[in-house]
Amino acid sequence: MQNNTNKMKFLVPLISVFLGLLIGGIIMLISGYPPIEAYAALFEGIFGESYYRGETIRQMSPLILSGLAVAFAFRTGLFNIGVEGQLLVGWLAAVYVGIFVDAPAIIHIPLAVLAAGVAGALWGSVPGILKARFKVHEVITTIMMNYIALYSTNEIIRNFMLAPGERTENVKESASLASPFLQELTDNSTLHFGIIIAIVAAVIMWFLLWRTTLGYELRAVGFNQHASQYAGINVSKNIVLSMAISGAFAGIAGSMEGLGTYQYMTINAGFTGVGFDGIAVALLGANSAIGVILGAALFGGLKIGALNMQAMAGVPTELVGIVIALIIFFVACSYLVHWLMNRVNRGGKI
Amino acid sequence: MSFMDILALIIPAAIVSAAPLIFTALGGVFSERSGVVNIGLEGLMLFGAFTGAVTIYYGEQFGLAGAAPWVSFVVAMIVGALFASIHAVASISLKADQVVSGVAINFLAVGLAIFLTKKIFNAGQTPVISERISKSDIPFLSDIPVIGKLFFSNAYLTSYLAVFVALIVWYVLYKTPFGLRLRSVGEHPMAADTMGINVKKMRYVGVLLSGALAGLGGAVYVASISGNFTHSTITGQGFMALAAMIFGKWHPLGALGAALFFGLAQAISISGAQIPGLQDIPKVFLLIAPYVLTILALAGLVGRADAPKALGTPYEKGKR
Repeated sequence: MQNNTNKMKFLVPLISVFLGLLIGGIIMLISGYPPIEAYAALFEGIFGESYYRGETIRQMSPLILSGLAVAFAFRTGLFNIGVEGQLLVGWLAAVYVGIFVDAPAIIHIPLAVLAAGVAGALWGSVPGILKARFKVHEVITTIMMNYIALYSTNEIIRNFMLAPGERTENVKESASLASPFLQELTDNSTLHFGIIIAIVAAVIMWFLLWRTTLGYELRAVGFNQHASQYAGINVSKNIVLSMAISGAFAGIAGSMEGLGTYQYMTINAGFTGVGFDGIAVALLGANSAIGVILGAALFGGLKIGALNMQAMAGVPTELVGIVIALIIFFVACSYLVHWLMNRVNRGGKI
Repeated sequence: MSFMDILALIIPAAIVSAAPLIFTALGGVFSERSGVVNIGLEGLMLFGAFTGAVTIYYGEQFGLAGAAPWVSFVVAMIVGALFASIHAVASISLKADQVVSGVAINFLAVGLAIFLTKKIFNAGQTPVISERISKSDIPFLSDIPVIGKLFFSNAYLTSYLAVFVALIVWYVLYKTPFGLRLRSVGEHPMAADTMGINVKKMRYVGVLLSGALAGLGGAVYVASISGNFTHSTITGQGFMALAAMIFGKWHPLGALGAALFFGLAQAISISGAQIPGLQDIPKVFLLIAPYVLTILALAGLVGRADAPKALGTPYEKGKR
């Protein structure tokens, strides 16, 4: 039985990815695009040149962090759809520290990343407190907090940090994660040091969850709130903490954009999408640290490869969005996969 | 600027921006009252907007003229229901996490709509339509002093349709056996099942109706407000409709009131600069007002909002 569930843990994501790509291919076929050529261009666009590899890794760093944010909250039985908003406030906080603080890089970068984490944690703890204190479902509040974050950060940029071009100034060099060395290594991609922060964060998440008392309590609350309460665990405290830590990961994901990829923050007309992609990453990665990294690699790769797919095979990049949606859908319907597997295991007898 | 002028500026604008929200929020009421969470309203509305824009465009080509928008509403409702059936199959039959499935619906809708737009029109947006729902005065009613000018002149027919549909939904949910059954499977599916109500069937109906109404909401948005479909046509209106449904306490008339109120907030945020007294209020407060109010409502600070009891839990026969 144990062996079987372990096997399912790998099989469900794999089958989902396969089905997602398959249906994506069928959609291409129906709408008159060449699927094989398109997928070839897609994979070429991920692995073909060192530039593409650099871009994929760059794309991975915020995805890992937003995936960790969603996964961490999931472990406590909470669904954090608010990663997008927490990411925006984190982005703003990182850029603010990056612009207005003077310090040597060794202090400035950690300070800016920390500011992003704190901002995200504060933003994330609001739905946590509402859930713990008023029993308000976190899904709704986090969605609402996303919009509040979007409009508020835009207003703050507009009023206090505006530079020509609907954006802020660039962060100071001492706060930048950009790395000429990594860029050179990858044929002038936009790869920056953020990926190191992202992987360290993944290790921290694993350690927190599996090697500390706090993590034990958080997971216990996720399994069964009532049993945890009975065992003397403070459920309310854990809910707030979980949302705060989740928010901190999301906020740091924002600093990847602010200190790494863009070096500034724009007035956003809409959401970045990174936070929502985090849901897909966490689901596919079965809420484990290593799974999140793998999930982020897949989705980051698909997003970067889509550009080449559009250039070479003429298929709109949105196809990748469709494929990602299908993958989430199939992971969510793992009941179907389980059901199919049971049928197969019984030797095809129905 | 007199007080009446201010009202005449804001109220018609509020009613206009509220209409798509009302339809979509009513859709949410159907789904959630039957016990199925529908975060996918945003995606369903978006796909309705896409369908509406395409149907009206081709309707014009085929010479439907003024009837094109109305035809598009019907088509958008059908397509919306079909799209929602994915959510229904996942969350009712396959017992998927309803929130996750809704998220997938949102992703799928945005990807598919823009993919198809690019495929059909070779551009990032659909052509701008010429046959919009036009503003008109309601005969007789618009002649009523004060109220007539505010509520019944220079407004879109779809806005009144939205109010009318809200009344119908209220009647259906609270005054018919069907409505009682739909609500009962959302509150206590096992009790309903014991009484011989087909829980799965009722939930399917709830979700499909939510897709139809959200699709209609999207098409109305295109026909009355935006005039075409782009990637930025529907950005958050579906979530705002979700907020309206919750703020309205899962009640059709509550949702109607909340949607009108959110519409008012939007109208003020757009035309607030022309209004003395409101000029000084930063626009951001009006933009975030619907969301802040919804959170406060949920926290019980603006009247307690309680969700249907069985919301979000798949029903399994025989499970205690």
